[in-house]
Amino acid sequence: MEDLSRLLNDKPFLESIMERLMLARKFEDEVFSLFKRGRLHGTTHLCVGEEATGVGSIFALKPQDCVLSTHRGHGQALAKGIPVDVMMAEMLGKESGSNRGRGGSMHISDPSINAFGVGGVIGASCPIACGIALSFKLRGENDRVAVVFFGDGSSNEGAVHEAMNLAAAWSLPVLFICTDNGYGMSTPLAKAVNDVDLTKRGYPFGIMSTEVDGNDVLAVYRTVRAARARVTGEGKPAFIVEHTYRTSGHSKSDRNLYRTEAEISDWQSNNPVARFTRVMLENGFSESDIDAIDARTSREIAEALAYAESCPEPAATPRELEAEAYCDPADNGECQCVR
Amino acid sequence: MREITYAEAVREAMCEEMRRDENVFFMGEDIGAYNGAFGVSEGMIEEFGAARVRETPISETAFVGAGVGAALMGMRPIVELMFSDFISVCLDQIINQAAKLRFMFGGTVSVPMVLRAAAGGGTGAAAQHSQSLESLYTNVPGLKVVVPSTPYDAKGLLKSAIRDNNTVIFLEQKKLYRIKGETPEEEYLIPLGLADVKTEGDDVTLISYGRTVQMCLDAADNLISEGVSAEVLDIRSLVPLDTSSVVKSVLKTGRAVIVHESVEFSGFGAEIAARIADSEAFFSLKAPIKRVGAYYCPIPFSPELEKSVFPTRARIEAAVRETMKTLHEE
Ligand SMILES: Cc1ncc(C[n+]2csc(CCOP(=O)(O)OP(=O)(O)O)c2C)c(N)n1
Ligand SMILES: [Mg+2]
Repeated sequence: MEDLSRLLNDKPFLESIMERLMLARKFEDEVFSLFKRGRLHGTTHLCVGEEATGVGSIFALKPQDCVLSTHRGHGQALAKGIPVDVMMAEMLGKESGSNRGRGGSMHISDPSINAFGVGGVIGASCPIACGIALSFKLRGENDRVAVVFFGDGSSNEGAVHEAMNLAAAWSLPVLFICTDNGYGMSTPLAKAVNDVDLTKRGYPFGIMSTEVDGNDVLAVYRTVRAARARVTGEGKPAFIVEHTYRTSGHSKSDRNLYRTEAEISDWQSNNPVARFTRVMLENGFSESDIDAIDARTSREIAEALAYAESCPEPAATPRELEAEAYCDPADNGECQCVR
Repeated sequence: MREITYAEAVREAMCEEMRRDENVFFMGEDIGAYNGAFGVSEGMIEEFGAARVRETPISETAFVGAGVGAALMGMRPIVELMFSDFISVCLDQIINQAAKLRFMFGGTVSVPMVLRAAAGGGTGAAAQHSQSLESLYTNVPGLKVVVPSTPYDAKGLLKSAIRDNNTVIFLEQKKLYRIKGETPEEEYLIPLGLADVKTEGDDVTLISYGRTVQMCLDAADNLISEGVSAEVLDIRSLVPLDTSSVVKSVLKTGRAVIVHESVEFSGFGAEIAARIADSEAFFSLKAPIKRVGAYYCPIPFSPELEKSVFPTRARIEAAVRETMKTLHEE
C-alpha cells in the first residue's frame, strides 16, 4: 500500500483533496438550501458525511477509468471532475447542465471524462460496469478499470450478485465499491441482512474483498489505489466496503424517524471534512491555509450558482425531445459519444 | 361527506382489509418507520406489527416473488413497489409467474396478490422515476390492472383488488397522493371493470384514467363556453375493461378523445380506440378517434421540458376541437 508518510508530505496533494471534500460538502449544503427555499424541482439524495468515500476513491483512479455513480452521486461526480457550475446548472434543469437538463440530480454525467450517472434504479449499474470492463478487456486496454459504487442497501439486489459472479467468472477489471452508510433509506443494514459483514459478499465469487474506514479520506485513497493496482495487474475484479454515515436525510422528504439525533450528531463530529482538517493541521498546514481553501471553495459554489441561475431553460420542443431518444441517423452509425 | 387524501384512502383500504382477513399482509421497502416513500403506510406497523407489515431488503425479485409464493398458499399479500418504474427489476415474477401459474396448473391454483406501485410523473423525478408503464401489463393475460383517479375510487377499488383471486397491478398516481376527496368511512367496494361516467355530455366522449381524468374534467368545463358538451368517462380498470360503457357513450356522442399520461404511441389508448372501431359505435363516429398521451420520449428532468411532454388541458381541448371541426367540414 502507498506509503502514508509520503502522502502526508505531499502538500499540493493534500490541498487538492481538501478542496474537493469542501466542494462536495458545500455543493450539498447549497442544494439543500435551494430545496428548502423551493428553488429546486424534484428530489435529491445528499452525501453529507460521506464525502471521503467519493473523493478518496476517485482520487486513487486514473482519468481513463470509468466511474458509475449512485443516486447519492454528487460527491462522486465532483471528484471525477465534472465542474461545479455545470453540475449546479443540471440541478436547476438548465440547458448548460451536465445532462442538458434532461437528467437531473441522480444522473449527473459526463461520458467524455468517463463519468456515468446510472444510479437511479439501484443495482443496475453493476452489470453495466461488467460490460464496460469487458470492452476494456476485449480491446486490450489494460490500464483501465470500471469502478461501480453502490450502497449497503443496494447490495441486496440480485443484479449486484449476478454482476459480481460475471466479473469474477470472466476476469473483468471491475472495482466494486460498496458505500456502507449503515442504512438503505430507513432500513438499518442489520435488518436487511443476516450478516452485516458485507466483505463476505465477494468471497463466494472468488473476489478479493476488503474494507476501510470510509470517513478517513487517506485510508480510502490508499485502499482503492492498492485495489486498482491489483485489478489491472491480475485482470480480476476487486471489492471494497467503505464504512461511512450520511448525516443528511435519505432524500429531501426524510423526517429522520428511524434514527436518533444523538446518533446523527455523533457522526457529525466524526465527519470526514473535520477529520481531514485535523490531519492537515498536524502536517504543516495552518488554520489560515484551511481558511483560504474554505473561502476559495465557497466562492466557487457561489459563482456556480450565479452562473447556473443566469443560464437559459432548455428550449427543445416535444418533437425534438422525441428525436433525442434515438441517435441521429445522419451520424451514419458513428456515435458521437466519446469512448 | 368526510374528505381524506388519496394516500389516506389507500391506507384505509389496506387497514380495513387487514382487520377483516388475517391472510392479508403487507410487504415493501421502508413501509415501517419511514411510512413508505409517499407516507401511505403511516401508523400501519404500529397497528399490525412487523410480522404483517413486513419491511423488505431492497430485493424486488425476492419479495415480489415471495408474494407470489405466499399467494399460492392462500395468503393475500399486498406488495408495494416504491416506484412503479422498478417493476423492471422483478418483471419475471409478474409476467411469467404470477400471471401464468393458474393457467399452467390447469386452474388448480390462484395468485391473489396485489402489487401496489406509485406511478406517473409531474414530480421532477426524471426518466427512471416518472413512468406510466401500464400497457406493459395489459398485454399479459392473467393480470388485472387498476388505476384509480380519486380517493373514493382508490379505497373502493383497492378493497376489491385485495379480495380478488387474481394478481392485480394497482397503479397509484404519485401526483394525486395529496389530493382530497369525499370518501365514506363505512365499508364499500367498487367492482373492478366498471367505468365511471364523471360528467355527462352529448358531443364528444373523453375517455381517460388516472391523473388525466381531472384534466379531462377541466377541459370539459372549459369547452362549455365554446358550445361543446363533453362526456367524461373514467375507465378506472384497464383489465378488465368496461368496453360496453365506452361503446355506449360513443354511440351517443359520435366522437371520442382518449387521454392518458403514458406514452401515446402503442399506449392503452390504442386498445380503447380499436375497441370503439370494432363495435357498432364505429357507424356513429362523426370524426376520427383522437388520442392524447405523452410524447414518445423518456421523461426529462427540467420542469419546463417535463411539462411539455405530458398531456395538458390545452392539448385535450385542441384534440376535441379537431374532432368538432371535422363535423363542420362535412
Ligand atoms: C430497484 C430500486 N429499488 C428501490 C429504489 C428506491 N431507493 C432509492 S435509494 C434507496 C436506498 C438505497 O440504500 P443504499 O444502497 O444503502 O444507498 P444509500 O441511499 O444509503 O446511499 C432506495 C430503496 C430504487 N431507486 N431502485
Ligand atoms: Mg446505505
